[in-house]
Amino acid sequence: MKITDELIDYIADLSRLHMSDEEKKKAEDDLTDVLNYVEKLNELDTAGMPEMSHPFENVNCFREDVVTNSDKCDELLANAPDRKDRYFKVFKVVE
Amino acid sequence: MNIRELTALELGSRIKAGEIKVREAVEAYLDAIDKKDAKINAYITVIREQALERADQVQKEIDAGGYKDSLLAGVPVAIKDNMNTKGVRTSAASRILDNFVPPYDATVVETLEAAGAVIIGKVNMDEFAMGGSTETSYYGATGNPWDNTKVPGGSSGGSAAAVAAGMAPYALGSDTGGSIRQPAAFTGLTGIKPTYGSVSRYGLLAYASSLDQIGPVAHDVADAAAILSLIAGKDSKDSTSVIGDAETKTPYDSEEWLREGKFDLMSCLADPANVDLSLKGLTIGIPSNYFSEGLDQETNDAVLAAARLLKDHGASVKRFNMPIIDYAVPAYYIIACAEASSNLSRYDGIKYGHRTTEADNITDTYYKSRSEGFGEEVRRRIMLGSFVLSSGYFDAYYKKALQVRALIKKAFDEAFESYDMILSPVSPTTAYDIGGQISDPIAMYMADIYTVSINLAGVPSISLPCGFDSKGMPIGMQLIGDSFSEGKLVKAASAFQALTDYHKQRPAIFADGGEAAYKDMTEIAGASRASVDAGSASAAATGASAPAGTEKGGAR
Repeated sequence: MKITDELIDYIADLSRLHMSDEEKKKAEDDLTDVLNYVEKLNELDTAGMPEMSHPFENVNCFREDVVTNSDKCDELLANAPDRKDRYFKVFKVVE
Repeated sequence: MNIRELTALELGSRIKAGEIKVREAVEAYLDAIDKKDAKINAYITVIREQALERADQVQKEIDAGGYKDSLLAGVPVAIKDNMNTKGVRTSAASRILDNFVPPYDATVVETLEAAGAVIIGKVNMDEFAMGGSTETSYYGATGNPWDNTKVPGGSSGGSAAAVAAGMAPYALGSDTGGSIRQPAAFTGLTGIKPTYGSVSRYGLLAYASSLDQIGPVAHDVADAAAILSLIAGKDSKDSTSVIGDAETKTPYDSEEWLREGKFDLMSCLADPANVDLSLKGLTIGIPSNYFSEGLDQETNDAVLAAARLLKDHGASVKRFNMPIIDYAVPAYYIIACAEASSNLSRYDGIKYGHRTTEADNITDTYYKSRSEGFGEEVRRRIMLGSFVLSSGYFDAYYKKALQVRALIKKAFDEAFESYDMILSPVSPTTAYDIGGQISDPIAMYMADIYTVSINLAGVPSISLPCGFDSKGMPIGMQLIGDSFSEGKLVKAASAFQALTDYHKQRPAIFADGGEAAYKDMTEIAGASRASVDAGSASAAATGASAPAGTEKGGAR
């Protein structure tokens, strides 16, 4: 699998990352190398194997929905890069 | 008597007996940090005043008869900087969280404090735990206490270096693909990657959620067992946390979770006076194919010598093959990066963390905050993860990796039908030079060959020292067990430590004044962040300023 210019732009976009042309070139080479390496998995026959996404399957974990925390607005907003009153301040989202 | 020469358990019992005041213990470690950390760079944040204040509080409680059941009351501890500490900056060693002060504690932090532990600081790591050398930290590389021109391993390299250098009696680390065990091996310490789900991940900054586990980094098995016994347990804030059943190897069902039930690993420690009794009847499997090309000869020999020692004392040691190991690293990198790309999507510059000053619209804010905030290795893994999850490639990469993960689990299940545990190396080499490997991602990934399969299978493993190489660097081995068999691992590992003294060796820097023979980290080529990742902002080891609510120690 060779990562092309178009594909690297697409992946960067999915990842919400900007890259300089130089960084793109390096990322293309790195990702191509890594993908060629992980394609080793194709040597294995996995037909019929389940997809193991988690060490313990099929565990549903229910609990009562009880409010245990109090109003921490100021505490939470203390980390905000920009705020106004009780809100996070960002650029206009809807034109 | 030097306080810092005591193990965490010894220190805890002296404090309880009134022979040592909590403040004395905390001061001893804070002073060691002041004197030594310029040579190691283990700490990102030291909370001197808070720790001393807390020491006096804990002392008061102890004097009033509090913390009766706690073995670690009053004992200082260092926390890896990816676990949230309320009011104390938690950065994950990333620029994107350089100014983040959590409004809540991780469950493990709460649990430790409820047992009277005194947190003295937050320790260095690979950025977002992505790496095996602690070189990808925004705050510069950490040096190995045995030779600070070498890496301490990673990603919990700060945890390991702080303990090995005598700047903390024990530390918490996290292990996604070897991040507790490999730094423990590189620094002559004992570390446990518990069964997945044994320790709550609430408040752990997620890297790969189906693989991450928090665990102890300590001087010996007894300390590690005490720490894990304390932090293990079901937490309603982490729905993947469980109380496991060693008999059925599965989590109890939800009704039964309500029952009493906790790891009591202290009762599993071997009797030093009768080690052979602990090892009698134990069957240990050694995967022959692990001992092949790519494994350092000295590591090979040390691990096999350990096997012979265990055999001489009553364990049954047999060889078998586990060829699936060759596929563990590629499967791991696909799965871990896929989960990381999803987990790290939350860092967008809006609610907390770094926000760019260069943007003029909301989309640009996301792109630029993330591009400025993440280092090269983190960006690489996010991109790989986004790719393998993307439409058109999902089946070929991600789905395939999940199926291989099932094959790996099956191989472990089969092995544990014949053996109580598996003995293996932790890393193909001992600690290597800072700057020596980081430019080649595949070489760096391949070094995780012996550790990642354990996380994929979700099983526990204990890493402990078993020798030194000709350069004087520690060699580690690991005992891998079936799900929830930590008790057996602790028994075998403590028996091994009763027969050996590798875990009692200390690097020169550990002793008072021992740091004099070491270079400053700023003089070590490749150790500053700027030289690792020229693309990132220039604030290296010395550049970052402490945000409100935190303070930095004199050493940094």
